[in-house]
Amino acid sequence: MSGKPKLAVWKFASCDGCQLSLLDLEDDLLALAGAVELAEFREATSGVVEGPYDLSLVEGSITTPHDAARIQDVRRASRALVTIGACATAGGIQALRNFADVEEFVAAVYASPEYVSTLETSTPIAAHVPVDFELHGCPVNKRQLLEVVTAFLHGRKPGIPSTSVCTECKRRGLVCVTVAHGTPCLGPVTHAGCGALCPAYNRGCYGCFGPMETPNTAALVPLLRRNGLTEGGVARVFRTFNVNAEPFREAASGG
Amino acid sequence: MAERRTLRTDYLARVEGEGAMTVRLRNGQVEHVELRIFEPPRFFEAFLRGRSYLEPPDITARICGICPVAYQTSAMNALESVCAVEVPEPVRLLRRLLYCGEWIESHALHVYMLHAPDFLGYAGAVELARDAPAAVERGLALKRTGNEVMTLVGGREIHPINVRVGGFYRAPARRELRRLVEPLERAREAALETVRWTAGFDFPEREVDCELVALFDPGVYAIEDGRIRSDRGLDIGAAEYDEHFEEEHVERSTALYSRLRERGTYLCGPLARFALNGAQLSPLALEAAHEAGLDAPCRNPFRSIVVRSVELVYACDEALRLIEAYEEPDAPAVPVPPVAGTGYGVSEAPRGLLYHRYRLDAEGTILDAKIVPPTSQNQRAIEEDLRAVVGRYAQLDDEALRGLCEQTIRNYDPCISCATHFLDLEVERR
Repeated sequence: MSGKPKLAVWKFASCDGCQLSLLDLEDDLLALAGAVELAEFREATSGVVEGPYDLSLVEGSITTPHDAARIQDVRRASRALVTIGACATAGGIQALRNFADVEEFVAAVYASPEYVSTLETSTPIAAHVPVDFELHGCPVNKRQLLEVVTAFLHGRKPGIPSTSVCTECKRRGLVCVTVAHGTPCLGPVTHAGCGALCPAYNRGCYGCFGPMETPNTAALVPLLRRNGLTEGGVARVFRTFNVNAEPFREAASGG
Repeated sequence: MAERRTLRTDYLARVEGEGAMTVRLRNGQVEHVELRIFEPPRFFEAFLRGRSYLEPPDITARICGICPVAYQTSAMNALESVCAVEVPEPVRLLRRLLYCGEWIESHALHVYMLHAPDFLGYAGAVELARDAPAAVERGLALKRTGNEVMTLVGGREIHPINVRVGGFYRAPARRELRRLVEPLERAREAALETVRWTAGFDFPEREVDCELVALFDPGVYAIEDGRIRSDRGLDIGAAEYDEHFEEEHVERSTALYSRLRERGTYLCGPLARFALNGAQLSPLALEAAHEAGLDAPCRNPFRSIVVRSVELVYACDEALRLIEAYEEPDAPAVPVPPVAGTGYGVSEAPRGLLYHRYRLDAEGTILDAKIVPPTSQNQRAIEEDLRAVVGRYAQLDDEALRGLCEQTIRNYDPCISCATHFLDLEVERR
């Protein structure tokens, strides 16, 4: 009706944090809302406009039969589909079920397991439908989110570096926590995007943004061991929010 | 001939997460009310088993993007208690400051973006901004200040990275915290304006009579820890929680329903905190409440938006006090060697009491975990309230009644991502 591009925000299994990043834009939120037609964003508005949508942002992973069907509908109604956050791009921390007996998980949490309908796995959106761009992070970086939305609305490629946290850390001029303090750090293999937050707080990176492009986890694991992580500790540090991303999954299982 | 009507909203907007509701009426009488939550379960309590006792602050933060600090704090309280470690006072106060940031962020989000549009007749804050830009910008500025506190103290606003069992990775310098003073002073003014703004809304008549439960700290308005108290004489430590509260699993919901053993429904959150601890608010917050005509206890859930606004004033005031009193700790964290046993932790999430329990072995491996989020605790109260509201306002037409039902749910700031997701509202009249 307004001739503005239609933006939709969808939620699957997740914590709501990545779509909250849109609301956290605060200073830019109203400008963004003025540049698009917010056709579907239930956390923010009960106003709904029918599809098709020019851009769909998808948060969350696929964990139920119902959601596996719903994502097909979202894809069909969307010109471009961008996944945001570790749940949507890798399956999220709930993908830990993929390495366990999900029936036992249900029984551990719920008194009446027969009431609960769930899939055996938590999978990323790209395992179900074609995805036009994946923005990593647990949560995503809100400035990067704005860059991706802006890029798609203007039909250009988003300027999102696919290097490691290490490069951001060097650029910030931070002291390397591994070299200086022997702190285990996933910075060398983790996708850039957070701005090397943890090293700035004297903490080793714990991999919120998932694996970078072609990470050398095999070289990092001995370094993590030298810095005091046990074998189980190495497995655990890779088995978090991006456990289902292949390089981290393999590193966790000693591959 | 029985009168039957069906009203339906497929997906309730402006709540955190997704759920479903059915209300059935026959001849104007409420026949059945249920709040169905079918947010896909994520099984945190199951996969915490076998993890290290140092991991719950990072892992449980991911239950909720809106109140991660609540999860981190309740987890740390539980784990430090089992390991018999008390963090030094400056660390404790820094945690409280971080938590104030989360209250400001979450309350500003709820008051301005999720709840106020109900009272003013808009679909959301973006739509409201077209007619009342100054109000929405004030809300966004408040929210931003909350996020600034979380970003400085916690490293980032969603899923803070700087907290750990035993304290922080890095304690900010005094001069860094001073940077927050000016924005917080402006936020406090905005919060006072928020109280005046929300106090002028029209509130449907309603009074809930269930038991009110909130944490209590003799020294301050309880946020990051405290004893669990109620207005009917409950007064227990976190370790006694399971003796007094129980959860049940019902077919319609992937969230568990909490109840007080033998007494049933209870309510936690802003109304309960204000009723039990209102006298401990700062003089400025108390004055704002008084001017708004708000006297404790307030039992009208529609007015919870005013109570949240008063808590916004308090959280800004308290953050300023904490910054003024801040002394850098000798070390950002104290060591916490693992001890076998069970630990219990509670704190006041913006929407109410959040309970964690962990059992550890001697190496600190988690043997089992239990988490009871505020929305599970309030779910029964929300349903009972909805039943009463539908009964009291059954004469309204479908659209008005549906709007009122949605507003009734939002009065509780439900976080269904926490409790688990999907609100679709269905009102059937027969």
